[in-house]
Amino acid sequence: MQFTPHTVEDIERALAAIGIDSLEELFTDIPSELLDPPFDLPVGMDEVSLRRHLQELAAKNRTDGPNFLGGGAARHFLPAVTEHLAAQGAFVTAYTPYQPEVSQGILQATFEYQTMMAELTGLAVSNASMYDGASAVAEAALLAMRATRRNRVVVCTGVHPQSREVLQTYLTPLEAKLEQLPLDPLLTPTPTLSKETACLIVQNPNFLGYLEDMPRLAAAAHRVGALFIAVVDPLSLALLVPPGSYGADVAVGDGQTLGNPLNFGGPAFGFMTVTKPLLRQLPGRLVGQTIDRDGNRAFVLTLQAREQHIRRSKARSNICSNHQLTALMATINLAALGPTGLVEVATASIKAAHKLATRLAETGIRVVRDARFFNEFVIELSGDPQAFRRQLAEQGIHAGVPVPAEYGLGPAVLLAATELTPMRR
Amino acid sequence: MASEVKNPAGSQDFPLIFERSVPGRRASTPPPAAAIDLAEYLGVENLRGQAPRLPEVSELDLVRHYSQLASRQFNIDANPYPLGSCTMKYNPKVNEEAARLFQDLHPHQDDSTTQGALELLYNLQSLLAEITGMDAITLQPAAGAHGELTGILIIRAYHETNGEGSSRRVVIVPDSAHGTNPATAAMAGYRVREVPTNSDGEVDLEALEETLGPEVAAVMLTNPNTLGLFESHILRISRLAHQAGAQLYYDGANLNAIVGRARPGDMGFDVVHLNLHKTFTTPHGGGGPGAGPVGVKAHLRGFLPIPIVTRTASGFVWDDGLPHSIGRVRSFYGNFGNLVRAYAYIRALGREGLRRVATMAVLNANYLRVKMQAAGYRVPFERLNMHEFVAQPPAGLHTIDIAKALLDYGLHPMTVYFPLVVKEAMMIEPTETESLETLERYAEALADIARRAANDPDFLGGAPYHTPVRRPDEVRAARHPVLRYRFDEKSG
Repeated sequence: MQFTPHTVEDIERALAAIGIDSLEELFTDIPSELLDPPFDLPVGMDEVSLRRHLQELAAKNRTDGPNFLGGGAARHFLPAVTEHLAAQGAFVTAYTPYQPEVSQGILQATFEYQTMMAELTGLAVSNASMYDGASAVAEAALLAMRATRRNRVVVCTGVHPQSREVLQTYLTPLEAKLEQLPLDPLLTPTPTLSKETACLIVQNPNFLGYLEDMPRLAAAAHRVGALFIAVVDPLSLALLVPPGSYGADVAVGDGQTLGNPLNFGGPAFGFMTVTKPLLRQLPGRLVGQTIDRDGNRAFVLTLQAREQHIRRSKARSNICSNHQLTALMATINLAALGPTGLVEVATASIKAAHKLATRLAETGIRVVRDARFFNEFVIELSGDPQAFRRQLAEQGIHAGVPVPAEYGLGPAVLLAATELTPMRR
Repeated sequence: MASEVKNPAGSQDFPLIFERSVPGRRASTPPPAAAIDLAEYLGVENLRGQAPRLPEVSELDLVRHYSQLASRQFNIDANPYPLGSCTMKYNPKVNEEAARLFQDLHPHQDDSTTQGALELLYNLQSLLAEITGMDAITLQPAAGAHGELTGILIIRAYHETNGEGSSRRVVIVPDSAHGTNPATAAMAGYRVREVPTNSDGEVDLEALEETLGPEVAAVMLTNPNTLGLFESHILRISRLAHQAGAQLYYDGANLNAIVGRARPGDMGFDVVHLNLHKTFTTPHGGGGPGAGPVGVKAHLRGFLPIPIVTRTASGFVWDDGLPHSIGRVRSFYGNFGNLVRAYAYIRALGREGLRRVATMAVLNANYLRVKMQAAGYRVPFERLNMHEFVAQPPAGLHTIDIAKALLDYGLHPMTVYFPLVVKEAMMIEPTETESLETLERYAEALADIARRAANDPDFLGGAPYHTPVRRPDEVRAARHPVLRYRFDEKSG
């Protein structure tokens, strides 16, 4: 397959206009020892062969069968209308809206997204999205360090292990100290922080699925003048007290559960919302409302002086793109569900998970119910968690995110349920 | 009835989804479930008092709203976008079909149920290594800038391992570099030094040599550079950098000029990042998501982010076993959906197809350049360019005004005021998927704009005339930020 329109005549015409005799002359600036090495690449495919090849690969995967997997991503109801609207070529093939006059579609949709995220989290301002929840956690820590001019970051182990790994990666090159505060054993104890603490980062529901006492932990952060960063599952905010109400300065998380397919882990998007005083520290794109020369409401990218293309080495972050299209899909999905639908999805997920926990306990499985959970919980195993997951997979069941050894729970896995989880077994 | 927003001039604003909302309406209904006592399950202290204020619209109103918004948006499917360094080429629809085949995989599924996905990623790793001439690839970074950060952190870890981490604190970039390069260096804890571009449009070798020293960790380059010119002394630059003990970093934004014809690995680059949303046509989506895989030479393989897909006797697995890894840069495995799209594209084109991409991209750019020169636009460098070029407007005209005027022709403006080294810069990259007729139309529009500006001095300042909004007040937007809809104030 190829997508270049040039015929032999086109090429001749172009060469004549340019004033050269052959296509080879276009590459004379490249030293001959570098030009046209032998590439060990396969020949191209026609569309039929390509489709067959991809289908053969896809056939080696299994996605059918009951799914009890959580651990940072979950399968939720995605209405046909959401995917249809997000798949419109005008959204998919658009560029970044640097020319607002011809980008009101994307700009307005982003303004709607920012509004919804602010509403869900109860904080003043949202950016236009980030790569994922994990990098949003890392960027939130950097923000806290800038805002407080302190360099000690305290993160609870209830924050997703992968997010903590990314946080470590981002902090390693900087003059920063990262301290991990362990769960005890399912929830976060009140920490002793110091005047060097830039932020306390807590996840709710935490990685194991249990509900944290966020007001108590926020107070501990504020007592020493540190920022409180809440890492939240945005779907849970349909029902749970939003971060803004318990004093979070920053809320971050992963948006996949708001309405993106699983996509084998990506892309979905990360979100970040902040209090008004932190607006100038916010990384990433921002869409603002204004008026045009005729007095019509218009939307534009704004406060761009925070960003790399203006401030270069002094930018808040090097982040250039956002996850516009996947954030757009979530925006559409939130409008499709509305407040009632979102509450229904969250409620059904909680109900399914609690029913699952009860049923499993009845069969003698050790379900950890020593704390309240949302739609995910821990079960203890006698054998190896990876083997457990493998055995279930062989029976066509997708279940069992291994609980890492750092949690000190012995062999254990996470199980999750959503409104799509069949509850007949 | 949704309230109508009136502006001071009295005309009607296009409604926000919240302004179409009517209490009690809804679109989609999830599977039904009996009500539960939430306080009993979650604890009353954890319950939110009021549901979040989300729009309440019927499914038809939802479809109308987002379909109408789509019609207020330029896009490659409808409009040419010759934005320099963005590589806005056609996004093949078969790639979307490909992505859908894999979209229901959960990242925590047992490897035995994801062998097709793992095989695809393994193949993509190999293909990208071959295309770039590098020894190992990570597919994890989510964007070009993310790939830059990953690559610079790898270089940093390399110097640390050699005991030179605290002495090598500087990164060199050319003054024509994209803003992400210095921003990335700063995020990685480095100071940035710029080297100037010479009158040939290439990096000033003498200045580079002077700037190189034992405190330099890396030199970041793109090749061809942001002026669309191949750094013809790249082999010398590579020798100089390596002699000084620095690593050489390749920003892959401009790979479209040389894909299938030359390899950064052969030029001496130690680290490369790719922009799959540019060269490999994963869609821009209005600003993202992209994907920014990174390639490294063998001496840096141990520092790659984990996990990497590896082939074993029993199949494909995720391998965490890189003891000097810089760690993860994002959750899970990368922007997998886009990795599938790029894979489909590379397999569709194959070796000859990729080679043709570069050749036609460079042909198109030079063709558009000569057409624009004939229309009175100036090009500062008297030489053949590669896949993009920088131009300046006819004397007396401003790039911003020309850009706004182009909008009325259904043509997206070029990149404006970048690179910083050229005044009133217009950076133009047509890509290989545009026809000569489209390029002629673009040049003719520019000629028309120049003619009208000459006849009517006020014409340009008033442009655009036919777009849904005209010259939004960006100063006002920044001075009085309004960043969300307010439910209590029903006006703009």
